[in-house]
Amino acid sequence: MTWHRRHVLSTDDWSRAEIDLVLDTTSAMVEVLGRPIRRTPVLRGRTVILFFAEASTRTRVSFELAAKALSADVTNITASGSSVEKGETLLDTVRTLTALGGDVIVMRHPASGAPYFVADRTDAAVINAGDGWHAHPTQGLLDAYTLRAALGDLSGRRIVIVGDITHSRVARSDIDALVPLGATVTLSGPPTLVPSAWRCGMTPRGTTYEPDLDRALDGADAVIALRLQTERQHAGLLPSIREYAHTWGLTEERVARMRPDAPVLHPGPMNEGVEIAASVAHGARSLIERQVTNGVAVRMALLYLLAGTPEQRE
Amino acid sequence: MRSLPIILAPDDIRRAVARIAHEIVERDRDLPALSLVGIRARGDLIAARLQQAIRVNEGVDLPLGSLDITLYRDDLTRIGHAPVVRESVIPFSVDDRIVVLVDDVLFTGRTIRAAMDALVDYGRPRAIRLAVLIDRGHRELPIRADYVGKNVPTAVADDVRVQLVEAGGTDEVELVHARVAV
Repeated sequence: MTWHRRHVLSTDDWSRAEIDLVLDTTSAMVEVLGRPIRRTPVLRGRTVILFFAEASTRTRVSFELAAKALSADVTNITASGSSVEKGETLLDTVRTLTALGGDVIVMRHPASGAPYFVADRTDAAVINAGDGWHAHPTQGLLDAYTLRAALGDLSGRRIVIVGDITHSRVARSDIDALVPLGATVTLSGPPTLVPSAWRCGMTPRGTTYEPDLDRALDGADAVIALRLQTERQHAGLLPSIREYAHTWGLTEERVARMRPDAPVLHPGPMNEGVEIAASVAHGARSLIERQVTNGVAVRMALLYLLAGTPEQRE
Repeated sequence: MRSLPIILAPDDIRRAVARIAHEIVERDRDLPALSLVGIRARGDLIAARLQQAIRVNEGVDLPLGSLDITLYRDDLTRIGHAPVVRESVIPFSVDDRIVVLVDDVLFTGRTIRAAMDALVDYGRPRAIRLAVLIDRGHRELPIRADYVGKNVPTAVADDVRVQLVEAGGTDEVELVHARVAV
């Protein structure tokens, strides 16, 4: 299988072979990160621009470390403190980033679809680091890698995703990455935070909705807890944070319903004591720190694969 | 179709590996310091055979590793697509060891340059040696092999095809002349 994509905007149209290629390349990158000198020269002379129009710590730092581990030059642009604050349009920002000679633009934006707009208007490769409620493909791929490393082949495995599904780009990208690998996904969360069509049984291929979290967890192979954005309470979608923690929080008791040693994931940042109990987040089943480490390797794999795409810069 | 000239038949490969195994130990008698690192794909298979031969001769299992040099290549911008990167496995510290790099064919020397760059990211070996099954000439870098199975004069456009049982073929090295190659 040869890589042919110019951009990574979403994984919703990826084949299993493409996902496998990225995950296998990620394995090689994990090994690179374990060496005494965690740096290879492969992207020497390339420039990666990190354009984050929305808050982020781990994703931005993860991309930065990934680019540096491949010897690329890295430049950071955030919305605050840049010309975006002075009213520059996204289109003008993109023209500037392209003119500055970026080979890869890694972008996060509050508007769903913004990376597509950018990808159509630049010679650079674009990686979506999260756009609105739409997609966060590198998170989906790193979760798939982390689960594959822990469980082996994912075919026939059942993964639970619990939380605010409606507003979660992580949930969508997790589904896009896990289902082609043969896993099934059980979605669980408050009915007010699950898309109405999904609640009525029209869920994406390979997924089901189970409104009772305990039943969703029974015999499951892994669980991914989503971050609860506490502002959802003010929008009237939640009675209270305590109520949410009581009904939807991952406690030791609840995770014990899964198969023995079934792992627990969380994309971070966590609200400990809300969607996940501290003892679970830091317990034996937790792969949360592993996700952070693997995130760097997945992003290295994508930066490497995109750098080789021939028509990238005519 | 013309039959292809066979440079090494199975017995020749066996003898070449056995001889190189002896030469490695003759040169560096400090067996505990020796290690073998094969360059993927195929160099690692030959390195495993050398390890086996040295085990038989000396009763010692040398540490064995395999190296993928893709991330150290100098031609990523030229070949147009990103080649598949495979995992390198160096399950020992190379610090202060004598590392014998092993590859199937020595040609321009660029692969070996990349392999040396990769290797020193794992530590500081006492020395790096180079063992190859075939040296076909046409070096583009100042690199030479310490142990050679067979020197073969070739034209630049010729192709040297190494097949090994472990990779699903028969043990055989063929020289494919440019005008015959399809």
